[in-house]
Amino acid sequence: MSDTNVSASPSRRRFLATASGLVAAGVASPVLAQDAKIDAKALPPNVADWSKALGEGVVAHPYGSPSKFEKHVIRRDVEWLTASRESSVSFTPLHELDGIITPNGLCFERHHSGVAEVAPQDYRLMIHGLVERPMIFTFDDLKRFPRVNRIYFLECAANSGMEWRGAQLNGCQYTHGMVHCVEYTGVPLKVLLAESGIKPSAKWVLAEGADAAAMTRSIPLSKILDDCLVAYRMNGEMLRPENGYPARLVVPGWEGNMWVKWLRRLKLGDEPWETREETSKYTDLLADGKARKHTFVMDAKSIITSPSPQAPIKGKGFTVISGLAWSGRGKVKRVDVSVDGGRNWREATIDGLVLDKACVRFYAQTQWNGEPWLLQSRVIDETGYVQPSKDDLRKIRGVNSIYHNNGIQTYAVKPDGEVENVEVS
Amino acid sequence: MSKYRNIAFAAAAVLLLGCAGASAQPAKQTAKPAAKAEAAKPDAKPDARLHIGQPATAQQIAGWDIDIRPDGQGAPPGQGSVKQGEEIYMAKCAACHGEFGESAGRWPQLSGGAGSIASPDPVKTVGSYFGSVSTVLDYVRRAMPFGDAQSLTNDELYAVVAYVLNLNDVVDDKFVLSKDTLAKVKMPNAGGFFEDDRETAEKSFWNPKPCMSNCKPEATITGRARVIDVTPEDKSAGKVE
Repeated sequence: MSDTNVSASPSRRRFLATASGLVAAGVASPVLAQDAKIDAKALPPNVADWSKALGEGVVAHPYGSPSKFEKHVIRRDVEWLTASRESSVSFTPLHELDGIITPNGLCFERHHSGVAEVAPQDYRLMIHGLVERPMIFTFDDLKRFPRVNRIYFLECAANSGMEWRGAQLNGCQYTHGMVHCVEYTGVPLKVLLAESGIKPSAKWVLAEGADAAAMTRSIPLSKILDDCLVAYRMNGEMLRPENGYPARLVVPGWEGNMWVKWLRRLKLGDEPWETREETSKYTDLLADGKARKHTFVMDAKSIITSPSPQAPIKGKGFTVISGLAWSGRGKVKRVDVSVDGGRNWREATIDGLVLDKACVRFYAQTQWNGEPWLLQSRVIDETGYVQPSKDDLRKIRGVNSIYHNNGIQTYAVKPDGEVENVEVS
Repeated sequence: MSKYRNIAFAAAAVLLLGCAGASAQPAKQTAKPAAKAEAAKPDAKPDARLHIGQPATAQQIAGWDIDIRPDGQGAPPGQGSVKQGEEIYMAKCAACHGEFGESAGRWPQLSGGAGSIASPDPVKTVGSYFGSVSTVLDYVRRAMPFGDAQSLTNDELYAVVAYVLNLNDVVDDKFVLSKDTLAKVKMPNAGGFFEDDRETAEKSFWNPKPCMSNCKPEATITGRARVIDVTPEDKSAGKVE
């Protein structure tokens, strides 16, 4: 998001026009998939072809793919948002997923100079600066270290960044799809730094990528030693190239930009470097012209993924409202749901794992009979932080922040089950 | 294979020695004060290191150590003038960023925006927003030109950044940028940043008892994502699913 002019108002009209056209085009395929013509010959009392003829044998697909009927479940981008796809973003199709784990091929992407294709035998991680012994590690070296497995969410600080000035994009894939949640396997950085030693004057760590942007961020040493990892696996398999193969930084609960991909270098220093990504970008401009910097922690946030503009309600009666919630400050404590725009709330059920700095899945079972809903969710984390309304957020931060928009999302559910991204009083 | 086995044996031996050392230590009744101080340091623990990896050589580090700090630490030798920079900029930067840094298409705008940062429509550029010269210098050194990164010589790097500063009226036409001059250039928005204060400025977001019922008057829709020029019932227009 950092290369975009998303907040520039001259393009706003074009923005709206293009956005609605694009979203309509983007969801054309799910309509086809879901409303595909039913073959009566496959339905009882008839016996379907797949119940009679042999199907494909094993290893027809040595590395398997989703069903051909799920081709619409893909990452999407908003082409006009950035000048080139090499420095751009794609969005996770949150409305098509359930549970808390994001499949690897659907994790949103954000590159600054495209994907670096790093050969594992040519991978090196250098640790130097204010250390006792500058060190260099091969990929085989990394894999020899003791490792841990941790499930964390990763959210881009610019997630929902297009929505500061009002409802714009119609679909949680576009408004909230710069988040994913996977299980990482990696080496705790305190283990790696034991090899190099740390000089007492070291306070900050510069993390640098091996891509053609050499993406760089300064991270406090205390965080690095607390819970950061150098990860090389996601959901059991090796990292995908677009997620930093062969190794990336994991900075739990902190903004995605700091999770440097294709990690090649860690330099210890006594003050931050003020790189482009930590001052000119990823600073939060307030209405008075001053900007917050080092806003690392991702505030608690939730989003209803179904129903949502890309996942309308298909029939009246029993309805499950479903969504995701997370907090960069720790565990999610509770999620509430409202159907009247935040006037009244009821507690949703969290199903499955509740982990530190990871997504949770919530459900609210209810009846819907065509009445107009103004659907909202709000998360409360273990520190007592309550996800604010968009207006409460704007009162403090204005509308020029771009980053860290964690305000409560509202969906208008219409009598025909269609859903629209709206703002409410 | 045998090489790895040897390394594994060596590591096991180190671990065994480490354990032996640790168990032997309590038996020593008269530990010297110096030894105690030693033990307080993480490195002094016999098993803190796993002895994986190689020392990085000065030559290896020099090739990758490209970061530059606001105080000039890390800045390479060399220098470049605004005039020299103009030529390089026109050849390598103007196609995307515009001849005057005004941006061509949707590429980042590098100049202008002075005084706009506190307005409803802020234009963030090197001149209007960046806090220090090193931020530009470090970035250009590592990431520009787009698609041909780390190709500029040090003199070219200094020159092109000097030109971008000049486009923003931060330095005059005669300015020469170098390791010695970079920290002395005062950026207009240098004082524009402050440390994250959310936990105090947004203290009201921490609420032990969030309201559950009748929290506000009946909510009405104030904005929509779709351009609404048809009734919601009309499925031919604005249809999303």
